[in-house]
Amino acid sequence: MTVRETFLAEAAKRILITDGAFGTEIQNWKLSEADYAGTLGLSHEQKGNNDILALTKPEVPEAIHRAYFEAGADIAETNTFSANRISQADYGAEHLVREINVESAKLARKLADEYQAKDGRPRFVAGAIGPTNKTLSLSPDVNDPGYREIDWDTLVDVYKEQAAALVEGGADFILIETVFDTLNAKAGVMAVRQLEAELGREVPIMLSMTLTDLSGRNLSGHTVEAFWHAVRHAKPVTIGLNCSFGATQLRPHVKTLSEIADTLIMIYPNAGLPNELGAYDEMPETTAGFVGEWAVAGQVNVLGGCCGSTPAHIKAIAGKVAGMEPRHLPELEPVTRLAGLEPFTMLSSAVA
Amino acid sequence: MTATSSGSRFVNIGERTNVTGSAKFKKLIMAGDYPAAIEVARQQVENGAQVIDVNMDEGLLDAVEAMTTYLKLIAAEPDIARVPVMVDSSKWEVIEAGLKCVSGKPIVNSISMKEGEEQFLDHARKCMAYGAAVVVMAFDETGQADTKERKIEICERAYKLLVGIDFPPEDIIFDPNVFAVATGIEEHDRYGLDFIEAVVEIRARCPHVHFSGGLSNLSFSFRGNETVRRAMHSVFLYHAIPAGLDMAIVNAGQLDVYDQIDPALREACEDVIMMRRPGVGEDGKTATERLIELAESYKGVNKAEEKAAEEWRGWDVVKRIEHALVRGIDAYVVEDTEEARAAIAAAGGRPIEVIEGPLMGGMNVVGDLFGSGKMFLPQVVKSARVMKKAVAHLIPFIEAEKDAKTKAKGRIIMATVKGDVHDIGKNIVGVVLQCNGYEVIDLGVMVPWSKILESANENQADIIGLSGLITPSLDEMVTVAEEMQRAEMNIPLLIGGATTSKVHTALRIDPAYTGTVVHVLDASRAVGVASQLLSDTQAEGFKSSVAIDYEKVREARAGKGQSDLLPLADARANAFPSDFAHKPAAPAQPGLHVFEDWDLKDLVETFDWTPFFRAWELAGTYPAILTDDVVGESATSLFADAQAMLAKIIDEKWLTARGVCAFWPAHSEGDDILLGDGTRLPFLRQQFKKSRGRANFCLSDFVAPQDDWLGGFAVGIHGIEPHLERFKAAHDDYSDILLKALADRFAEAFAERLHSHVRTTLWGYAPDEQLTNEALIREEYRGIRPAPGYPACPDHSLKPILFDLLKAQHNAGIVLTESQAMLPTAAVSGFYFAHPESQYFGVARIGRDQLEDYAGRRGVDLATAERWLRPNLD
Repeated sequence: MTVRETFLAEAAKRILITDGAFGTEIQNWKLSEADYAGTLGLSHEQKGNNDILALTKPEVPEAIHRAYFEAGADIAETNTFSANRISQADYGAEHLVREINVESAKLARKLADEYQAKDGRPRFVAGAIGPTNKTLSLSPDVNDPGYREIDWDTLVDVYKEQAAALVEGGADFILIETVFDTLNAKAGVMAVRQLEAELGREVPIMLSMTLTDLSGRNLSGHTVEAFWHAVRHAKPVTIGLNCSFGATQLRPHVKTLSEIADTLIMIYPNAGLPNELGAYDEMPETTAGFVGEWAVAGQVNVLGGCCGSTPAHIKAIAGKVAGMEPRHLPELEPVTRLAGLEPFTMLSSAVA
Repeated sequence: MTATSSGSRFVNIGERTNVTGSAKFKKLIMAGDYPAAIEVARQQVENGAQVIDVNMDEGLLDAVEAMTTYLKLIAAEPDIARVPVMVDSSKWEVIEAGLKCVSGKPIVNSISMKEGEEQFLDHARKCMAYGAAVVVMAFDETGQADTKERKIEICERAYKLLVGIDFPPEDIIFDPNVFAVATGIEEHDRYGLDFIEAVVEIRARCPHVHFSGGLSNLSFSFRGNETVRRAMHSVFLYHAIPAGLDMAIVNAGQLDVYDQIDPALREACEDVIMMRRPGVGEDGKTATERLIELAESYKGVNKAEEKAAEEWRGWDVVKRIEHALVRGIDAYVVEDTEEARAAIAAAGGRPIEVIEGPLMGGMNVVGDLFGSGKMFLPQVVKSARVMKKAVAHLIPFIEAEKDAKTKAKGRIIMATVKGDVHDIGKNIVGVVLQCNGYEVIDLGVMVPWSKILESANENQADIIGLSGLITPSLDEMVTVAEEMQRAEMNIPLLIGGATTSKVHTALRIDPAYTGTVVHVLDASRAVGVASQLLSDTQAEGFKSSVAIDYEKVREARAGKGQSDLLPLADARANAFPSDFAHKPAAPAQPGLHVFEDWDLKDLVETFDWTPFFRAWELAGTYPAILTDDVVGESATSLFADAQAMLAKIIDEKWLTARGVCAFWPAHSEGDDILLGDGTRLPFLRQQFKKSRGRANFCLSDFVAPQDDWLGGFAVGIHGIEPHLERFKAAHDDYSDILLKALADRFAEAFAERLHSHVRTTLWGYAPDEQLTNEALIREEYRGIRPAPGYPACPDHSLKPILFDLLKAQHNAGIVLTESQAMLPTAAVSGFYFAHPESQYFGVARIGRDQLEDYAGRRGVDLATAERWLRPNLD
């Protein structure tokens, strides 16, 4: 069985659990600059470069992965959200991109295999690719709306470098997550396609959009449905939403997506909205209660957490949905699904 | 069915953005006039194009450059980018460059087997990887398909190849080539019919595919005769669409409604296209000859005039009114309203029915669009302006009818409470409520509770809405609630405004009144709250949910246990240790400086626009907000209106900026600052426990215990009233709110500009400072200018002392209300601290010990001090 088939088989049995936040968990370690920098001798300050811990303090991501597996996760998302050439350049660590991704994926792989060996339940590694801080769709210069900070080919190369290293380290999937710009995501899909051609095998994709306003659009302005139309060619194993807001605000958009997407739905929201101090204080049972409603409504296949979620949240979610029926995939009419910022479906004009 | 009917599934493709099809567009692109070229796309979408075809194939153009530039630019226009793009070129490199810029799922137009199967499949695979549907031309190695058989053969072959590489069949759109008919060459006669018949056959053999065609070829023989061409296109579509033609590249302006074509012409077209009378007829002529003959009589009909009239002006009056309301166009609304009124009167109806019918209908559309996030506040306010003009026209007619009674959804009293003069937010809420069918009685600003209650009773109001911006207004709102309770009223009380909060409402206002009290976060929530409160079915549920919600807030607050406070003595022991070795030099020009009329133009350059947009509930930072995907269009339009008004304000000198500042010898004494003339300014110190290393700040920490200086200022923007009255008379809330918001910007800019003048010249402690406007906005300079009533110095009642020192009423024309709000409303005042380590902070919660101490230092009784400092005591 291919990893896609194994994953689909597991997803047919139950609602799968992916992990929760890394950033907020790493904060709990109160790491110093020395912890981050290690002995790499980099010129820039490394504090806050969470991804580099794979090289300088691997016990931290390892402990977090472990905590999430203990909490019941089926999937480990690698701690590589910013491990791309563009983001790492801010830390003067762009030459370490491959190493960070390979090591991060190896770490997640090691633990996934360890837990799978314990109880025989398959565990998966999703190689996480963040959106970078550059956007293909928007101009940073108001006086020059046609200007772009980056071009497609460059971004495809950036993503490909990361994806190749993640796969090399043992990732099962490439998770293109927190998609604020749909065109960036499309470049990510192209990168994986090119990688597949080089490897001569399938590298299944997971896609996760992030909404930036309550009306249900991402930063590049796409509605949930338009986003699905724009990336459906990726044939993703999962499509979904992450980060954005808390679960309550995501509810209508989860429903929409679950009705239109003929693939698995993966949702990992923030633990509520940040309070006045920027901290997430939604209790694990509360989050689990919200996402549990989607499970009851048959709208989800994979659940997890994003910013502010903890192993306790994942445990609560796993407990809540244990034994619940996963969502069934809808069968879609073969009609043409186009998209601008909004979806456009083309039916045949023929009479009879 | 007609060719242009919107009920059909036929896809309307905008083709004016195609240099090969539009001479005008080509001219714009060749000239590099992209802004105008963007407008062409916008118009097409506005006119109903569901897909935009972009083609830059022109020999003299760098087509890759033009294609990518154009696609990136339209990506920044949400009302264009909402529809899919058709990337149209005969060159693959242009298509691929375009695909790298298109973020949705586009259509590629086109690929074909012209260069063989290998290249065809390579292009198809790439289209799949980019996520695009594709138009496949019926073209193979030997040429374009002309006959029905060739069309079918080529398309079927292409289909099999594509499905063989897993290309989704529904993403294939065949273009089986429309060729010119009526050319006089007999072999061409069947071209129209062949196309239609081929479509039927291909559709049967190739499931799920679509069909497209370029229509202009069909009528090529009749170049210059637009009437005939339009008729031919319409007739062709009339027959081709039911056969399966899903889309066509055609100028919607080049189509007639099938039923409305002159029957003789329609007949002749039908004969030619559908081959209904092949060969030579009884009249000795072929169908083509008959059409050519008939065409002569349609030559030279001037269509330019027709086009000039905006299309929507031709719609029926109800649609016109709706369009005007949604678009905020007031140019024709009086005549349209009159037309609707006359029609209703002729049918025996009453003038009020114009409001209840078309106008409210249109406003409901506006309300729905706003509610669903498709319209934004500035647009809604413009809509309201159109509505008000229409209503103003109807009022004399309505009043002529004595028994007229409007059926508003509810009557709402709105007021800014006593002591407060800020009303932008309140006016916006009022407009939004009116837009949604509520009657709003606006009592204005500084309204005492007695007047609010009196007016509510007199008018049998359904709801009272209170607004306020400064902290003392919070107390005044509690007073209004208490008085409503005493008067045994029961109608809901809405609370809104910048300093109000759900917590304060739940903790202080709600317990004072047994009727429902609701905090309304912003204007967009007001309608939902009002409609639920006044709904027969939802009111009780809503009220009890609010009551439960607020009870929870109170419980949470009670149970929470607030952060620990330090004893005042300990907080003082942890004062901020400014290094007074670096205290500022004495001012270069001590004493008092009066500015009678600061140059407005100079102030505009210092504008911080972000709060301006926030006032209109448009979220985002200037200038990025102008290209924001969601509110960008709205923000840009608002910004343009603001610029236009600014030009008038400056050219016609609507406003006058008056200000005063002064510097006084000063020294600190504990938490007080003493001025040379003996004036004592008591300040408050942070008392909450700080994490290690952080001080408990007090403003006095920034002034040395001896031989130091303090400054003060007040600036105000005068002259707004006559203009507001003018707008009021014109029922123009939009301009009213716009001017007030701009006056606020002038006041803030004046404060910033004066502070800069103080730093570089008057006090002169930073003579070489060079800061951009952005740096000014980020306050990257030395020194601060905290204002009484704001977090570092929360006691509003220090303002009278400052104003006396500055003789602000005399020198800058600014007076204070009993709640210490400044008049004119657009005004800023504060103290200047020049020490390099001085910084802004929030005093936050203080203890009873400091309250008592402060009352003593301030020389007021405890109750008074408590009243002024209440927001810092909870």
